[in-house]
Amino acid sequence: MIKNISNLGDTALYCDFGNEVNKSINSQVIKYFKTIKEKKVKGINNLTPSYNKLIISYDLKQTNFNEVKKNIENLNVETSLKLNTKRIEIPVCCHESLSLDVKRLEKILNLSRDKILENFLNKEYFCYMTGFIAGMPFLGDLNENMRAQRLETPRVKVPKGSVGLTEQFANIYTFESPGGWNILGNTPVKVFDSSLEDEPTLINPGDTVTFKEISLDQYKNYNE
Amino acid sequence: MSDNYFEIIRPGINTTFQDKGRDHLYHIGIPFSGAMDNRNYLIANKLVNNNLDSAIIEFAYQGPHLKYTGGKINFAITGDVIFIIKKDDTEIEGKCYESYQIENGNEINIISTSKSVYGYLALGGELDIKLQWNSCSINTKANIGSNDGKKLDTGQRVNLKKINSNKDIKKTNYINTKIENIRVIKGTNFDYFSEEGKKIFYEKEFKVSKLSDRMGMRLEGPKIENIVNTNIKSEGLIKGVIQVPADGNPIIMLSDHGTVGGYPKIGAVASADYDRLVQMAPGSKIKFKEINLSDAETLFKLYEMETQNLLSQI
Repeated sequence: MIKNISNLGDTALYCDFGNEVNKSINSQVIKYFKTIKEKKVKGINNLTPSYNKLIISYDLKQTNFNEVKKNIENLNVETSLKLNTKRIEIPVCCHESLSLDVKRLEKILNLSRDKILENFLNKEYFCYMTGFIAGMPFLGDLNENMRAQRLETPRVKVPKGSVGLTEQFANIYTFESPGGWNILGNTPVKVFDSSLEDEPTLINPGDTVTFKEISLDQYKNYNE
Repeated sequence: MSDNYFEIIRPGINTTFQDKGRDHLYHIGIPFSGAMDNRNYLIANKLVNNNLDSAIIEFAYQGPHLKYTGGKINFAITGDVIFIIKKDDTEIEGKCYESYQIENGNEINIISTSKSVYGYLALGGELDIKLQWNSCSINTKANIGSNDGKKLDTGQRVNLKKINSNKDIKKTNYINTKIENIRVIKGTNFDYFSEEGKKIFYEKEFKVSKLSDRMGMRLEGPKIENIVNTNIKSEGLIKGVIQVPADGNPIIMLSDHGTVGGYPKIGAVASADYDRLVQMAPGSKIKFKEINLSDAETLFKLYEMETQNLLSQI
């Protein structure tokens, strides 16, 4: 349930579902997101679900804060609704040429490369949200012993396809972009495809993701 | 191949096709984009008898130099822009907010914007470009939009699908007002900042840094101290939000912004001041003035009325 609604600037509602990050709170956020998206409420032009918040943007030419707030408060959201989600396996190559921060992770986590990969690969991840750059999935949760802070100085360019770790989360860089996550490998899969306008994102909030290691040869010759 | 086209002799620094932008895509990480200065975008289209939501050429600082091939066509430039029209052997200095008619072989050379950032070139007709999610707007960071999501380059052509039959010459006397005060609404993490930090935010001057583009505007000035946490769990952003990362220097989200962010939000720029904000060039001084939500909504109504009024006079 939404604990509090306030305003973000003059064109958005800031819906707070709590401070915790867990699947149960996030599933509530996703259910609100899906319900509002389907209802096509007047003036709403964007929805941004995240771990525990939902930002509802609206066109100030058509409506205003109080009107949208009232609409959202009167909305009937079926919170017991079962989400229709997918399971996705992502091939990842962790060859040293692509595993840019493995040495840093070995040091910070005090684990060997093999152990880091074993921990990372033997785990199912939940997609909390997509965003920052188009289609980038935020996946959780990494085991306690796998949690590292961002790089002190972010990279100016993180290669496209990079699989990165920060705190309890993993992500995939869908474009070359600046970024500070610890890069463990790279996937040849197109996680975002702008030519597919109806469904450009491979991974969506609520989906389950696993990673499967592939060799450098398989990576180079990968065909979708 | 189109019979009517502009060839790009020099593309300028950041020249893109833009329109009203695209919505309903924040949840997959795609921002609105669209023309940065919405009012100047609309006026430019109106001056050449286009639909108001037509695709337009946006440029920043130095604009493009174009050579035209085809039948007679009108064009207009808005913003604070210095440009030259070359017809045969004569060169004339053009004026913003007026439409001009050019013909085969003529050139438009947009030298630069003056004490501002963005300018708009509207062509009286329909550009032959691809839409993505119902918008041509180019987002160069995600390579989304027309022209494969890339800025315009030397040698390429801007083709016209059709030229407007209405070639009435139009003119208006709009003046881009320059302001130092940008009105802001308190952000959702306002209380993360020290009393001193909050005072600095509202009372001190900041300078627009060179590290500013369509994604964001970075400011330099006295540091704003955070006393709670310099990171928050990543959550949605909108354009105009002012984040303050650990170094204490504010960053304002602009039209191509990342859709989620993890820095505390001290404020958000009132929509009524957005067009003026984006035109503040690096080195400009900026001061924030606090207003509440209902003031911001009233100011936007006035802004919108003024815009409609300006358009109706053209």
